[in-house]
Formats: sequence, structure tokens, C-alpha cells
Amino acid sequence: MDREKTERLETNRSIEGKRSVIPFGPQHPVLPEPIHIDLVIEDETVLEAIPSVGFIHRGLESLAAKRDFNQLIYVAERTCGICSFQHGMGYAEAVEHVFGIEIPIRARFLRTIWAELGRMHSHLLWLGLLADGFGYENLFYQCWRIREKVLDLQEATTGGRLIFSVNCIGGVIKDIPEELLKKILASIAEVEEELKVLQKTFMEDYTVRSRLSGVGILTRQQVHELGCAGPVARASGVSCDMRITGYGAYPELDFEPVTASEGDAYARCDCRLREVFQSIDLLRQAIGRMPAEKDLSTPVKGNPEGEYFMRVEQPRGEAVYYVKGTGKPMLERFRIRTPTFANLPGLCEMLKNTKLSDVGLLVLTIDPCVSCTER
Amino acid sequence: MANIKRSPWLLHYDGSSCNGCDIEVLASLTPVYDAERFGVMNTGDPLQADILLITGGINTQNRDVVKQLYKQMPRPKVVVAVGVCACTGGVFKDCYNILGGADEVVPVDIYVPGCAARPQAIIDGIIQAVELFQQRSEEHDRLVRDMKAWGKRKPKAES
Ligand code: SF4
Repeated sequence: MDREKTERLETNRSIEGKRSVIPFGPQHPVLPEPIHIDLVIEDETVLEAIPSVGFIHRGLESLAAKRDFNQLIYVAERTCGICSFQHGMGYAEAVEHVFGIEIPIRARFLRTIWAELGRMHSHLLWLGLLADGFGYENLFYQCWRIREKVLDLQEATTGGRLIFSVNCIGGVIKDIPEELLKKILASIAEVEEELKVLQKTFMEDYTVRSRLSGVGILTRQQVHELGCAGPVARASGVSCDMRITGYGAYPELDFEPVTASEGDAYARCDCRLREVFQSIDLLRQAIGRMPAEKDLSTPVKGNPEGEYFMRVEQPRGEAVYYVKGTGKPMLERFRIRTPTFANLPGLCEMLKNTKLSDVGLLVLTIDPCVSCTER
Repeated sequence: MANIKRSPWLLHYDGSSCNGCDIEVLASLTPVYDAERFGVMNTGDPLQADILLITGGINTQNRDVVKQLYKQMPRPKVVVAVGVCACTGGVFKDCYNILGGADEVVPVDIYVPGCAARPQAIIDGIIQAVELFQQRSEEHDRLVRDMKAWGKRKPKAES
């Protein structure tokens, strides 16, 4: 009897000390997109996370050799359907720098307005997914309901709900008339009111707090070393926001990067929530200060010759666009570095020593956008 | 069984879409558009799914994944391709890693156009898929009934 017991205990102990590998994804309920992470776990604790990407690789950059630089803007926009406008804008600004042209001021303001609307809808989408991640389905629906208001504005001003195609090299192709600007102001005021109610749930609810605070901590030092970007970096107290570099109409607007200091999942949620309010504020400023101007684009002549690096602050962080032209209609090289790619090392770091049940939530907190990353 | 209306379950798989169609599929399931009022339900499990929604084109990585998902679904099944990427390959048609639309690897029944496909169009596609599913399951039931009847008759004929 005794021998049996000790034997059983011994087998138990050896099971306890074993490591196992659990695959997370590619098809996983918390994510709409395929991403695959191998989790090395011991008991319930994650020891290491090894990501593998490539499920939605399309080879979009290679289209630079097949489409001319004007057509490529539509391809660039379709890098990602969530931050699509900013992809088009980043690419267009890079090519404009190669040409060395100034675009009309009103076009710069219009781009800023669309970019901020895009940021709002992207963050609201993320807040909804996060709420779904910790099991608040109602909250998820509420976030998406508010997001529809932003999408309606995008549709009214551009004709597309997600993919606008209003950029062109040298400016924009559409203007926003006066009454639509008024409508934007009215709608964002509604969004602000409704989001304030939801903010209470996100920030003060006991369950949400206990689920989010203290998990997935990235220190300021780690963020620096791993080169994280966007809200992930700002939530750890690194105030890096590419809008400060002064593209679009941002030099004419007053804002401070939104930062927090804790560096945990709660801080990242807090940052994104406050950024929605910041976007609302920026929209008000931009609409108030936009000059009346007929010209919406500066015509370009010839083909691009030269190269340029453009940095844009996307909802998920800094994106880099590299274009190189050799005086031919086709660009020689077009390259995008996306924020999710920069945040993946951070994700692997924060997954270490967490519980298996937190993994889904933590993957969400970097707001992964796989189709940007894999292009 | 033949007179009972079915409530098919949806499975959504993101091929190599740019996310645009993906989030529109999600949006059409949320209460603003609420595709669920037509009797469908979203599921993550291919073994219980009846309608497969594919967004994005087929590339070398996900070719087998899509094939496998389709195989795992019980019969009868309906496939809906959402967005021009899933229909033909769309803007990415000329990319080296895109093989084409979803019909490269699985038989597609309904094509929903648009880039990004609008929720209204997606819901229209879902409704057509529900009708087609109903039709197919009735056929399927009839087939099963006939086979059963045939199976019962067979031993008698022999004896
Ligand atoms: S059809 Fe358009 S929006 Fe849909 S996945 Fe393709 S590129 Fe994206």
C-alpha cells in the first residue's frame, strides 16, 4: 500500500516538473486574424513564447514593380483595412518628399481629420475586442455601436466605410463641405458623451481592474531595449508619438502624447481610451483651424527619383515607409515597417511568467494587426 | 424533418485578407446590423459549422488550412466568398504569393463583391447561403431517407 503511494507521488512529481508546448492559434477565438504562438509552459506558467508569422503574407511590396507610383497608393491602402487611410497617407507623403513638393494646407488638414477618425474607429474596435476578451460581451457590442457612428462619418465624407481611396500623390481628391464638418462635430460630441459612460466600466469596474492590472508588465527599460512602439511604449512611460515629428497638420495643432507609467495591461487600455478623447480634441482643433482653400492637390510632373523614409503614427504605433524611385514610373523599392512587428518582441517578453489563461488577453493588449505585419 | 427550418452556424476564416472584409464580417454580426436575426450563429468550430465565410485570397500558407476546414465541416455545407480578394484575388492578384480566389481550393457557392464588402452585401450573401443550405439539407434528408428505405428493402428481397 505504502509503496504504491510513494510511486504515485513520484510520478506526480515528475509530471509537475515537465514542460509542454501548447500551440496558440492560428485560428483562435480572441483574434479575428491568424497568428501562431508556441507557448512553452510548465504547470500553468508560460516560460517562453515563440511566435511564427506568415499566414497572411501576400507579397504586397512586390507590386511596386508592377504598378506605377500613382496606382500603388491603392495597394498601400489595402495593407490593412483598419488603419487603411494612414497607410495611404504615409506612402503618399513619402513620395511627395521624393518629389520635393508642398501640398496645399487644406489637404494637410483634411488628411489629419481622416487620420484621426481612423484612429478613433481603430481604438474603439480594439476596446470592443478587449471587452470580449475578458468576457464582457455587452461592452463589446456597446463599443462597436459607438464605432459605427465614426464609420458613418467616414462614409459620409469619403464614400467608403473602411477603405477611403481619397489620397493622391500631391494631396487629396475630395473636400469635406461645411455642413459635413458640422455633422462631424455633432457626431463626435455624441461619441464623447457615450464613451465617457463606457470609460467608467473600463477603468473602475472591479472585475476589469482585477483582470487587467498587474498583468503583462513591461518596464520603461524593456520598452527601450525591445524597441516597442505606440500605445504599448506610451503605457510604460515612454513618450514617443510620431505625430510630433510634424507631418500632416499636426504642427498647427496642440497636443501632448498620452502616457501612463504602470506598463501593465490596464495602463495600455487606459492609454488607448484617453487617445480616443485626444483624437476628438484634435478633430475639433483641426476643424476649427482649417483654412478655406480651393486647391486640394499640387500636380506632380515626371517620375520620382530619390528615396525617403516617412514615419507616421498609426493607431498601433510608429509605421515606417520607405520608397526608392529611379526616375521610372515604377518604384524600385517600397517597404513598410509596421508597429505590430515592433511590438512582437515586447509581447514575447510580457508573456513570460504569466498564467496560461492570461495569454489571450495579453496578445490582445498589443493590438496585433497581423495583415499589416505580414503584408 | 423535411419541414423544419434550419439555423445554420457560421464559420469565418481569414484567408489573406487585409482585415477590411474581416471586420466588416464581424460588424455585420454585431447588433447594429445583426445578421443573427436571420437565424445564423457565429462559431469558431469547423466541426459544427454549416456555412463557411472566407475573406481574402488563397496563398501557399493557408491553402491547406482552408481545404482542411472545408473537409472538417459536416455535410451539407455552403461556402461564401466575401470581398473581391476572396472572389478573384482582387488587388493582390498579381502578388507572387497569391494563388487566386477561394474557389482555387474549395467550391464557392456565393460571391459577395466589394472592397471592402459592405455589411449589407455580406448579410445579403448570408441570407442566400441560408436558403441554399435549407435546400441542400432537404435534398440531403431525402437522400438519407431513400437510402434507409433501400437498406430496409434489401434483406427482404434476398430472403
Ligand atoms: S476585398 Fe478589399 S477590403 Fe476585402 S480583404 Fe481584399 S483588399 Fe481588403
